[in-house]
Amino acid sequence: MLFKSDVIKTMKLVTISGPPSSGKTAVLVNVIKSLKSSGLRAGAVKYDCLATDDDALFRSLGIPVQTGLSGNLCPDHYFVSNIEECLKWGISLNLDLLVSESAGLCNRCSPHIKGVLAVCVIDNLMGVTTPKKIGPMLKFADIVVITKGDIVSQAEREVFAFQVRRANAKAKIMHVNGITGQGASELTSLFLQAPETETLDGGILRFSMPAALCSYCLGETKIGMEHQLGNVKRIKIKQEQP
Amino acid sequence: MTEILEKKIGYLTAEFPPLTEFFSDYGITFNDLHATLGETLEGLAEEHYEDMGIDREKLLENLDGFLQRITLSEIAEAPTVSEITIIGGHDKNGHPEEIELTLLRGSVTSIVGPTGSGKSRLLADIEWMAQNDTPTGRTIRVNGQKPDPELRFSLEYKLVAQLSQNMNFVMDTTVEEFVFMHAESRMITAIDTLVADIIAQANLLAGEPFTAQTPVTALSGGQSRALMIADTAFLSSSPVVLIDEIENAGIDRKKALSLLVRKEKIVLMATHDPILALMAERRLIIKNGGIQKIVTTTSREKENLIKLEEIDNKFLALRTRLRSGEMLEEL
Ligand SMILES: Nc1nc2c(ncn2[C@@H]2O[C@H](COP(=O)(O)OP(=O)(O)OP(=O)(O)O)[C@@H](O)[C@H]2O)c(=O)[nH]1
Ligand SMILES: Nc1ncnc2c1ncn2[C@@H]1O[C@H](COP(=O)(O)OP(=O)(O)OP(=O)(O)O)[C@@H](O)[C@H]1O
Ligand SMILES: [Mg+2]
Ligand SMILES: [Mg+2]
Ligand SMILES: [Zn+2]
Ligand SMILES: [Zn+2]
Repeated sequence: MLFKSDVIKTMKLVTISGPPSSGKTAVLVNVIKSLKSSGLRAGAVKYDCLATDDDALFRSLGIPVQTGLSGNLCPDHYFVSNIEECLKWGISLNLDLLVSESAGLCNRCSPHIKGVLAVCVIDNLMGVTTPKKIGPMLKFADIVVITKGDIVSQAEREVFAFQVRRANAKAKIMHVNGITGQGASELTSLFLQAPETETLDGGILRFSMPAALCSYCLGETKIGMEHQLGNVKRIKIKQEQP
Repeated sequence: MTEILEKKIGYLTAEFPPLTEFFSDYGITFNDLHATLGETLEGLAEEHYEDMGIDREKLLENLDGFLQRITLSEIAEAPTVSEITIIGGHDKNGHPEEIELTLLRGSVTSIVGPTGSGKSRLLADIEWMAQNDTPTGRTIRVNGQKPDPELRFSLEYKLVAQLSQNMNFVMDTTVEEFVFMHAESRMITAIDTLVADIIAQANLLAGEPFTAQTPVTALSGGQSRALMIADTAFLSSSPVVLIDEIENAGIDRKKALSLLVRKEKIVLMATHDPILALMAERRLIIKNGGIQKIVTTTSREKENLIKLEEIDNKFLALRTRLRSGEMLEEL
């Protein structure tokens, strides 16, 4: 006979990222329901910038939740500084699986950590060129979940998935419907194969976060050369022949 | 993988044209055709990789995956499907749907029932190859077996070509670009002539013509359906074809059906149209989310089909007159 503790001994961590309103929470809600129905204990952490209602949604599923609002920091930078604490919290609650949802706001940062299952959620409505515009949070993900397939035709779904494939050749690409939950059980079984994470001390991000050390990071609001200090990058104005 | 790095850019872009596009996704354009790929990638500033949000290692991994797909395309044929079986789930009230229905290759089955009864849902269950994991609790078997779960997520092998009810485009591309990308995603070669054929066929089905340069988001409902019908007919080698309400939006439905229904396929179509319903040898009656009845089209009905078509032709003639601004005072 197989006891629960034989299946999962320590906690698994899964990082979920994706552009705002791409369906991260909707997908996670379905995954958590299916985890709960197999008797596993899940918890969630939501990292966002200004405000979020996601905690209430997760709480309504009866699971423990933490919310971190980064305020005027990049939420992903904030994530790295705080994920270790959240991991400890999850382990202290004896959870089987902790999901960490973060809003990908700058398209250049990503919360993916080496050795931790990394998921990126994007939706079919974002336009064909979006996959190549999204940085490491898509390009370094292990699983790319595409939502809102119910709104577009099969042809459009295929074209979009193909663009995702070009941006990330090795990821598992899955269609999940955040509303009906179609596809969520497959995603759940992949979550259950995630490696276990005991500590993140000494862990390494999959891709460096951009240097955010200009005067504007530090609160400057005035525009003009004289106010710009530190790591400033100039736009290259191309002279187009008329 | 190391071999390709030693090849010259000029050779690579001539031999594998899609590579140019692949690298442009990463902001890489080739200036020196005599340099090797390795030298070119080596020559990119660290900053370039940082800006693209990718490192050299990951880029090469993606390139490898992309090349594998290009070479795979030559052998990409969906596995043979000789039958699919629908095992009942439950209706909207949770009452069991006691049914086990096998559809054979070469058969056409129609799906009828009131609006909202669950026709599109049944098609979606088949497209998804439901395993008791959709709102209906249905299970789909392929060749009598549980389909390989990998097939659900495979971008290469598509068992099902689906012409869905919602046809609203959201992508910001022209008709030509869209069909091109779709062909590319299905790893079809000789794309250019095919794209032109698809647009020409679509125009034969639709009323008001559109061009290759029309943005897909500017197509009317009927034009979008016409485009998708031609696209599905020409691009897909999938053994199962699902059609949802082809009759809407005033396209030539008989022409459309003859494009889509090829021999050796398993065809299912949801419809409110008596002619389309009777063209199938069997029809499923859906009620309250469940398959309530399966009816075989009788020979009497087949005979009536001829009469129905006469009525329909009269009706179409009236429609044509109406569309061209005539009065309908005389019928
Ligand atoms: N039609 C459709 N709507 C979906 C799907 N998935 C999510 N949605 C809707 O999309 C909206 C945004 O979903 P959320 O799950 O809140 O998105 P999110 O990524 O968590 O958003 P933030 O946490 O605010 O960044 C909600 O209204 C969902 O109901 C889907 O597959 N189909
Ligand atoms: N067995 C079921 N259990 C629960 N929900 C169901 C079931 N069957 C269908 N539904 C739901 O009912 C709604 C309407 O179904 P659907 O869109 O398939 O109707 P339809 O017959 O295609 O209607 P129309 O003719 O208007 O296109 C959908 O949200 C669908 O998911
Ligand atoms: Mg959310
Ligand atoms: Mg429908
Ligand atoms: Zn950032
Ligand atoms: Zn800054």
